[in-house]
Amino acid sequence: MDAVLGQLYAGISLGSVLLLVALGLTLTFGQMGVINMAHGEFLMAGAYTAFVVQQVIGGAGLALLIALPLAFLVGGLLGVLLETTLISRLYSRPLDTLLVTWGVSLVLQQLARDVFGAPAVEVRAPEWLRGNVEVLGVPFTTGRLFIVVLAVVAVAVLSAVLRFSSLGRRVRAVVQSRGLAETSGIDSRRTDRLTFFIGSGLAGIAGVALTLIASTQPYMGQTYIVDAFLVVVAGGIGQIRGAVLAAFGLGVLQAFFAYSQSVSTAKVLLLLCVIAFLQLRPQGLFSVRTRSLV
Amino acid sequence: MLGTTACGSRVDDTGEAAADGGVESCVDTSGDSVKIGLLNSMSGTMSISETTVRRSLELAVEEINADGGVLGKQLEVVTEDGASEPTIFAERATKLIQSDCVAAVFGGWTSSSRKAMLPVFESNDALLFYPVQYEGLEASENIFYTGATTNQQIIPALDYLKDEVGVTSLHLVGSDYVFPRTANAIITAYAEENGIEIVGEDYEPLGSTEGIQTIVNRVQSSGADAVFNTLNGDSNVSFFTQYANVGLTPETMPVLSVSIAEEEVPGIGVDKLEGQYTAWNYYQTVDSPENEQFVTAFKEAYGDDAVTSDPMEAAYTSVYLWKGMVEKAESFDVADVQEAADGVSFDAPEGPVTVDGDNHHIAKTALIGRVNADGLIDAVWSSDGPIDPDPCLEGYDWASSMEKDETYC
Repeated sequence: MDAVLGQLYAGISLGSVLLLVALGLTLTFGQMGVINMAHGEFLMAGAYTAFVVQQVIGGAGLALLIALPLAFLVGGLLGVLLETTLISRLYSRPLDTLLVTWGVSLVLQQLARDVFGAPAVEVRAPEWLRGNVEVLGVPFTTGRLFIVVLAVVAVAVLSAVLRFSSLGRRVRAVVQSRGLAETSGIDSRRTDRLTFFIGSGLAGIAGVALTLIASTQPYMGQTYIVDAFLVVVAGGIGQIRGAVLAAFGLGVLQAFFAYSQSVSTAKVLLLLCVIAFLQLRPQGLFSVRTRSLV
Repeated sequence: MLGTTACGSRVDDTGEAAADGGVESCVDTSGDSVKIGLLNSMSGTMSISETTVRRSLELAVEEINADGGVLGKQLEVVTEDGASEPTIFAERATKLIQSDCVAAVFGGWTSSSRKAMLPVFESNDALLFYPVQYEGLEASENIFYTGATTNQQIIPALDYLKDEVGVTSLHLVGSDYVFPRTANAIITAYAEENGIEIVGEDYEPLGSTEGIQTIVNRVQSSGADAVFNTLNGDSNVSFFTQYANVGLTPETMPVLSVSIAEEEVPGIGVDKLEGQYTAWNYYQTVDSPENEQFVTAFKEAYGDDAVTSDPMEAAYTSVYLWKGMVEKAESFDVADVQEAADGVSFDAPEGPVTVDGDNHHIAKTALIGRVNADGLIDAVWSSDGPIDPDPCLEGYDWASSMEKDETYC
């Protein structure tokens, strides 16, 4: 029983990491259709933000709380910069976007290497995020629990913003019908930039979270980018509830596969499951219902 | 007689083609300098580690040149970037040998880079000095292995765990590639012979962190006396973070790592590693005049924050060993160097080392260390003097049943 619970926690933890990384992508890839390969590097920028804040402030706890909003800003600004300078010229050319953003990701990695050096840097976790709490008699490490909470909060806030705020309404309007939204007086360019800001900012937050459980180094974004796209595609493009279900589903599946098989085999089985699933349901778990003919 | 010399005369030009391969070397030793090649990854994932090896190689070359060079000739360095890609290593090695006509090449890190370069050096009858501990079971005439083979690192580590820590059960954790797989096969054979129970064996894909939590769960529930860790690179950060956070400590379940050196400690976090064991042949804290000189020179060149580690020291030593072989042979010729190699020794920062002419490895002292509060590693145990290299594990009966590459073993 303990083993099952332990693996369930491992799955939930892995799912929340995937969700946090993929959440920004549901906006930029899902809603705007931009394949941004540099999303992982925004994550890396967020992680290094946490490192810099800690170097300046010292106290790990305070630094973490300051780093979260700051990393959102750093990731978001990088995103807007990328959107205005490059991506905005490439809308409706997804393959070119893919190549260009991949190039940008290489540039950002090298930049990080030049500024911070190639070896991993240490971001200390605050005292209250070291150790573990026992849930139903099985330890759940507090660092990972914090990430679960962070992911849940991020999903709740993002859903609320999209559903209830005027910004959210504008984003949804542009996604559903750009032409109609523009004729209704919505500045679609401005909306694009804002969407990209939020999506990239979320990557920054995910980066800060990752410093608690993984290494902070120039290539860290590469580790997560493919899995993040997997979550978005499996969940149904542009669907937050789809991303939530897909992330936790994939996380828990992988954790249980990994327990009964080896970790490498688990990854293979997981990918086979996703492929089989997409054969049956190419649109993913959920799909946008629109009245358009395409 | 086979054609003419390709591009320049040779010191020992006898008018005959190179002894066995029939490949004519184009090394030019007529001037007052001689070329050597440094081939390390300066880009890609491995550049983290290989940059530091390059620095130690350059330091050794500078020192040797300042001291009058080799056989009175200054060393002229030709550098190439292996770019963390085995195929690029092979291609750059060919270029260094055939176009730059270097007398020897120093470099390589991953086993896949070495395996890719091996046929290049053998078919061109050239020399490679490889500075990293590895999985053994190889002994090419054209490679000198100046890092540890398994009987100088892994087996002493197991002896230490068994005799000094009193370990009777082990959990094996490693990255999923050739070194950990081979190391764990050796550990399993050793364990069977010595009554140690292997209670688990887990592999994480290279560079991944996703399965770490599962692996730590298994380690924790396995109740092993200790963990033998062959994880590489960034997976270690996740592993030790999770390990410490679930409440496992060096006292309750020590971890012995063979791929964590001084450079990696800060990135993982000193607080998570303090008290854990490592197995190497050199630590920055080794107390010897040679090491003091090495560490001081390195810090002078690369800053006070620079640390020195085992692969860096093995690289530094490899240049001096080549110098020793050339001077003993009084020739830069590959066949002469190979012949003179046996018994060449050097007072290295790690202590005295001696080349074994049969298998081209070097006798080294094994050191078990513990990470201290400063992030450096203190030796807590050392073998009785240098251990003779045994890459094929011929001296161990329990290893006879293992699968070995018949080319060399």
